[in-house]
Amino acid sequence: MSSSTTNTTTISTAGPPSRRNTELAMLVFAVIIPVFAYANAGLALSDEMPSGMLSYGLGLGLLAGVGHLVVRKFAPYADPLLLPIATLLNGLGLVLIWRLDQSRRLADRAEAVDQVFSPSAPNQLIYSALGVALFVGVLILLKDHRLLQRYTYISMVAALILLILPVFFPARFGARIWITIGGFSIQPGEFAKIIIAVFFSGYLMVKRDALALASRRFMGLYLPRGRDLGPILVVWGMSILILVFETDLGTSLLFFGLFVVMLYVATERTSWIVFGLLMSAVGAVGVASFEPHVQQRVDAWLDPFAAFKTGGSDQIAQALMAFGSGGVFGTGLGQGNSDLIGFAANSDFILATVGEELGLAGTMGVLLLYGLIVERGVRTALAARDPFGKLLAIGLSAAFAIQVFVVAGGVMGLIPLTGMTMPFIASGGSSVIANWALVAILIKVSDTARRPAPAPAPTTDAEMTQVVRP
Amino acid sequence: MNKPLRRIAIFCGLLVFALLLRDNWIQYVQADELKDHTKNRRVLIARYSQPRGNIIVDGQPITGSAETNGTDFKYKRTYKNGPMWAPVTGYASQAYDANQIEKIEDGILTGNDDRLFFNRTIDMITGKKQKGGDVITTLNGKAQEAAFKGLGNKKGAVAALDPRTGKILALASTPSYDPSTIAGGSTKDEKAWNALKPTNDKDDPMLNRALRQTYPPGSTFKVVTAAAALENGKYDDIDGPTESPLPWRLPLSTQNLPNEGNIPCKDASLRQALRYSCNTVFGKLGDDLGKDKMREQAEKFGFNKTVDTPVRAYASVYPEDMDRPGNAMSAIGQFDNRATPLQMAMVAAAVANDGKLMKPYMVDSLRAPNLNTVEQTDPEQMSQPLSSENAQKLQSMMETVVKEGTGTSAQIPGVTVGGKTGTAQHGVANSKNPYAWFISYAKGNDGSPVAVAVVIEGSDTLRGDIAGGKLAAPIAKSVMQAVLETERDK
Repeated sequence: MSSSTTNTTTISTAGPPSRRNTELAMLVFAVIIPVFAYANAGLALSDEMPSGMLSYGLGLGLLAGVGHLVVRKFAPYADPLLLPIATLLNGLGLVLIWRLDQSRRLADRAEAVDQVFSPSAPNQLIYSALGVALFVGVLILLKDHRLLQRYTYISMVAALILLILPVFFPARFGARIWITIGGFSIQPGEFAKIIIAVFFSGYLMVKRDALALASRRFMGLYLPRGRDLGPILVVWGMSILILVFETDLGTSLLFFGLFVVMLYVATERTSWIVFGLLMSAVGAVGVASFEPHVQQRVDAWLDPFAAFKTGGSDQIAQALMAFGSGGVFGTGLGQGNSDLIGFAANSDFILATVGEELGLAGTMGVLLLYGLIVERGVRTALAARDPFGKLLAIGLSAAFAIQVFVVAGGVMGLIPLTGMTMPFIASGGSSVIANWALVAILIKVSDTARRPAPAPAPTTDAEMTQVVRP
Repeated sequence: MNKPLRRIAIFCGLLVFALLLRDNWIQYVQADELKDHTKNRRVLIARYSQPRGNIIVDGQPITGSAETNGTDFKYKRTYKNGPMWAPVTGYASQAYDANQIEKIEDGILTGNDDRLFFNRTIDMITGKKQKGGDVITTLNGKAQEAAFKGLGNKKGAVAALDPRTGKILALASTPSYDPSTIAGGSTKDEKAWNALKPTNDKDDPMLNRALRQTYPPGSTFKVVTAAAALENGKYDDIDGPTESPLPWRLPLSTQNLPNEGNIPCKDASLRQALRYSCNTVFGKLGDDLGKDKMREQAEKFGFNKTVDTPVRAYASVYPEDMDRPGNAMSAIGQFDNRATPLQMAMVAAAVANDGKLMKPYMVDSLRAPNLNTVEQTDPEQMSQPLSSENAQKLQSMMETVVKEGTGTSAQIPGVTVGGKTGTAQHGVANSKNPYAWFISYAKGNDGSPVAVAVVIEGSDTLRGDIAGGKLAAPIAKSVMQAVLETERDK
């Protein structure tokens, strides 16, 4: 398929439908489904409708409604699927977190180590509201995504600061990815993900010709000039440093993957992919061989059940057993025992609760919802008319896809586990707020991409058509 | 830029596709394996999420379920008279899995068995909680009590069978333990469990001696040797002389085989030899028959084979490779042959049942929660160790033992009782207290309703006094009386 035919399917010049009503209809479902899920979980856990049901339904409805109205006003041609999917995932996440809040096992577990077990769902609701507020803010304040291009180098500095900051804060659970101020902690990596995509887009848009054309051909590959290798080496070095000093495999993988993808799209040179894969292989093997934290993760991945013998963390084994026990249709919300996972059951491992209680069917549904967000993002990149918008949209979509793959793959034992959160579903303020911002930017780019081009000069064909009409 | 974009789209699609594949792998292909994994606590959680079905003796449950306030487990197993019934029930523990009937019939007891699928479906539709079925045993409460009380604080075991069917009537082992103390998952249960470990309690209370401990059978094995002699036509007339010299020298040896005291064993008839328990006569007999014929006879009685009752009884042993003196010593139960109490009860039962050995079993039927029978065990003949004619001859011999031989303390007024005592030496140079054995059967109006084997390990009674007749026979007697009483009340 040529690019021109794709463009006509996504943007047609003759008064395209804005699709806002489609979005509204789907938003209704995106609110109703989690409300039913909430009722379902409540009935299963305590034989009665959860008391907060009305306020939860109204709250979620209000967030979705505000989001929709703002999109209608400030991004009328935006992709109609992004907002409903994000709302649905966020709503389901709230139900799952609330359901795990009711777990006596998790409460006992916290008590056993002298911690206060506090429910996470109310906080998560506040974070979701903040996330939607940021979403609204981005849509209103960011008149055009191309404005971000001005902040290319400021973004670079901001991203570096956000990535380096956690080194100065104490490690939590074996990784330095948090900034703790007072009782409050932020995962800057989640925000850095967006900011760094802005930087890469701006930088690559300017440099792509140099990177693409000034190269030599060797064994069928275009080899970049030595000095053009600079940026990729810097990013690679950064990733390795994150891995070593913050012991954060996930973030490291995400940034490097994101950079390679964007470099490839900008230059259209396959050689970058080959270089990227080579460099990440070298980096991963190198770090894994001397970094015990990474080594443990790999061992736990290779034999999850060994932990029962050696006394290590049994989380992956517990997650796998949760998935297996769910089977095809799951136990039903509130009726599983995924809380046996214990630590991080409602954050990194929340997909295991989906697996056990909603089964293979539910998990595939959730994975496909993530897949749809990515698909809409890629489609936006294809439709975007400016290179900066293309790069930004593909960067954000790829970052989202890589993150979902890294977390879900880790929890399901497909790849070694890395500490990252499931976007929208997992408990955690930084994650949900940052992902709402990410969706807001994608919506903004898609609005620009689908907006009809400024009135074309009437053609003779058009005039003839008008004559024929009565 | 659209070409690389499409490729990246494909790449992202592949990532999602890989996740979907993996999800299908763990939630469909491997689901059952992960679901039933030994480390999957959900298996235990399900097991204790509803009251467990019961194990029934004489129409009364000997187990129960108590509601607890634990996080994971709603119910806990309880036992009535736990130490007495432990060799039958085994234990079901929240922390330490389960064993014996509790383990083997777990599917019925929890209600997860495939045969209860229909019940479960009905319960699900009507909104009722899943219920477990019951296991109805063949045991006789009175006989069990007689056995357990008779053993008292001595170390030993009792196995009693109904020779006509193979039903296990009593199965006692002492010292015992109370499975209730390890049924939970608390630190108290953990302490109790650790204290029961053989490393901490050298009496090993959790060992089921009636089924899973083999002892040298001592003189009780002479019944097997006598059966071999009759079956192989070595002697026809149990009252004719056996042409046995006294003293009799062990083959290939410079040693004489001694008798216990000065008893009339020269040329004694089989009846007299069994009555006085002549080592010389039976030692020579075993040597004359040879090891293969001896082993064949022992195997017909069930030696060298495990028996699933359905709780597995360990195999009693008559070794294949023995030299002549070893075989001769084995013929009097004093060498490498070893037997479980259940095995020796099977020997007595086969003789009492006119030569037919019935397969021992202790689960009579499995009952669904709605009281329908799910499975019924039918009596099954295991083998015919001796002809009915020879069996009757052997009965007559064993009855003489009780009437006027070493087993007089097992006499029951008005009842025909046959038996055989045994005193097995063990330890280096017989340094340890010997094992006292007694096997017997009693006759009723319609065949023999009970055969029993009793073994008592090294008691602190004086060595000379330990002979099976004094220690073990009274226990066998009270077990037989208990069974005869219930037979009469029927």
